[in-house]
Amino acid sequence: MKRLFLVLTVLCMLLGLSAPALADSHCMDELGCVEVAPDDPIVIASILAMSGPASFYGADTLGGIELAILGRDGMLLGRDIELVEEDSYCAAEGGQAAAQRVAADESIAGVIGTTCSGAAQGAMPIISEAGMLMISSSNTSPSLTNDNADEGGTYYPGYFRTAHNDLFQGAMGAKFAVEVLMAGAVATVHDGDPYTEGLAVVMANEFAGLNGDVVFQGAVSKGDTDMSAILTEIAASGPDLVYLPVFTPESEFLVSQAANTPGLENVRMMTADGSFNADFAPNIGQAAVGVLMTGPHVAGDAYQEFLTLWAEEQPGGTDSPPSGFHAHAYDGTNLLLDAIEAVAEEMDDGTLIIGRQALRDAMAAVEDYAGLTGTLTCQEAPLYMGDCATGTALAVFELGEAQVDEGAWPPPIVWDLSMTMADDM
Amino acid sequence: MFKWKTDEFSWVDFTIDVLRVLIVLGVVIGAWNTLSSGRISLAQWVNLFAAGLSQGSIYALIALGYTLVYGILLMINFAHGEVFMAGAFTTVFFAEALNRTGFLNEQPLLSILLMIIFAGLVSMTVAILLERVAYRPLRGSPRLVPLITAIGASFFLQYTFRGLYGSGFKAYPQVQILQGVISVGGINIPIVQIFVFCSALVLMLGLYWLVERTRIGKAMRAVSENKEVARLMGIDIDWVIMFTFGVGGFLAGSAGVINGMFRPQGVNFFMGFIPGIKAFTAAVLGGIGNIPGAMLGGLFLGVIEAIGPNLVLAGLGIPGANQLKDVIAFTMLVLVLIFRPQGILGERLAEKKA
Repeated sequence: MKRLFLVLTVLCMLLGLSAPALADSHCMDELGCVEVAPDDPIVIASILAMSGPASFYGADTLGGIELAILGRDGMLLGRDIELVEEDSYCAAEGGQAAAQRVAADESIAGVIGTTCSGAAQGAMPIISEAGMLMISSSNTSPSLTNDNADEGGTYYPGYFRTAHNDLFQGAMGAKFAVEVLMAGAVATVHDGDPYTEGLAVVMANEFAGLNGDVVFQGAVSKGDTDMSAILTEIAASGPDLVYLPVFTPESEFLVSQAANTPGLENVRMMTADGSFNADFAPNIGQAAVGVLMTGPHVAGDAYQEFLTLWAEEQPGGTDSPPSGFHAHAYDGTNLLLDAIEAVAEEMDDGTLIIGRQALRDAMAAVEDYAGLTGTLTCQEAPLYMGDCATGTALAVFELGEAQVDEGAWPPPIVWDLSMTMADDM
Repeated sequence: MFKWKTDEFSWVDFTIDVLRVLIVLGVVIGAWNTLSSGRISLAQWVNLFAAGLSQGSIYALIALGYTLVYGILLMINFAHGEVFMAGAFTTVFFAEALNRTGFLNEQPLLSILLMIIFAGLVSMTVAILLERVAYRPLRGSPRLVPLITAIGASFFLQYTFRGLYGSGFKAYPQVQILQGVISVGGINIPIVQIFVFCSALVLMLGLYWLVERTRIGKAMRAVSENKEVARLMGIDIDWVIMFTFGVGGFLAGSAGVINGMFRPQGVNFFMGFIPGIKAFTAAVLGGIGNIPGAMLGGLFLGVIEAIGPNLVLAGLGIPGANQLKDVIAFTMLVLVLIFRPQGILGERLAEKKA
């Protein structure tokens, strides 16, 4: 009993001591502030798929983040930048768990993540509630930036992305199919992931909107290797184009087995950025020739410098980025660091005060930022809340012999939005 | 059957009997609807069956590893899927090298044989190390302990191989002579499926010969009957157990190459997970611990997976039937556990030791 009393007394004293410190804070921000003591680093976090089958996306993004930090010699406002890495395993539960760990750490100013859209749906409620902001370089699901819950929107304040919204990608696929391929009938296949399903639906709707005929909408399961049943059904529906925005390796099984499916030998296939990597064509072999892909189109001198830097530094131990979202991660990290730089105030005692709402406002105000992935402007339109990418850094690619035989990457571009943009962007 | 009519009434027995009737009705109605609709031609059924047999023979080869180890140690080696991955993933680089020099298509049969031996040896090494490092120190501890260790070992192996070879997807090169089809009476069967089935059959016969006709096989059977008595007969138990893990590993590694010929894509550090649980299902279906049972269970599971969704589920009007392949596989597992826990062929050891 005596001991309990002692413990309570000590606790009360501690509370008493900390109360004046709280009152003394210089923070005027409605969501609170990150306070960085004079010798402490500025902390940012990453929530990425670092394990599991999607981990090469995580490695790709992490490389982009690391190079962005390296680009500032690891320093911001005269302090070290510290990166806390969390693993979200490309799943809603993983995103939720990682977000809880991040939200519990008040020193974290902002988050780069998540890799998969599903993980963002788990993470964002927690990140948003904690007053933090999160910038994703690879979430493309339209629901994440749609604030209308009745339409399935799952937007939370504090969410931003440098990845393109699938509304752009699906629309581009449909437009290309109708205007260039002159396709009249399309079959779509997803794999149950919110990202692939969303993209398949957007493409089908846009295609139907352009007076095309959607003859088949189906799905495979992750982990399937035998696609003969669904391919037989697709062949029976008679499409001109099969749109399969699924991940590897299911997309590889689909394309390679379609080549041997009666009725599909000469039907064009189109995949999206879930399969956008250099191994896709060599893994399939000859059947990959002529496959179309929509994906991020990043080019220019600044990007070449980035690739050179990657080859020198080899983040994650690879000579070149393993997937297509490293440049988006690089831009996202720079936007975050710029925003911190812009809103941070240094107190007399050397403490840095970073307002959390101010940080979100600074991100939302980003306009015409010249990044590796094109010009970024963060929007606040109903369907595009927090969308910083405008969809211009996208293109349709076509795989050829060089991709199959030599693994040449990226494949040649056959179409990009500049060829059609004028009328509807 | 219908125990409740004669014995004392029991709700459990009653529910199980109702379940039995419903399942039989569902299967019959579904199959009848599909067959009478004529949606799938005879040739397509044969194709599905052949593809199922090939997939099943790969399950069977992996399932043998589960069953061999269970037969001797009464433990489920949940890391066995990773042993399969180890061989398949490592050999993909060997196969690429063979392909680059052109040897693969000049001497295809010799190349495949070399690949199978190479993958077998890699998986064998991994399996033996696994036994030596992770399981042997735990021998004699409660049965849950090695089981949990196996799950840990499974993760360890996955991420070790990711560290070694990266997280990207690889694919086996195409072997020209396995491309194309053989026509039998208007039905086209891909050559590669015949190859898969035959090579798996050869390996399984080899195993049968090893277990039934050789000295070490006799020792394995003795250890599986009773370790203590086997020890008294002068059998080196540790060596026999290690050998058993090695044999299971070799079969899993060769299954990796055969799988690579059949479904070339999708080779990465995570590839062992699903075949692993499917093969475990196959081993339980056939009667775990029973060698012919694992072979039969594998083939049965492969065929059921290929035919079931189209025959039964599509006939019952369930949309997206092809996606429900795994549902069929794991429903089979549940049904076997309910109605015939000892598996199709049963296992004489099960009652005595379980």
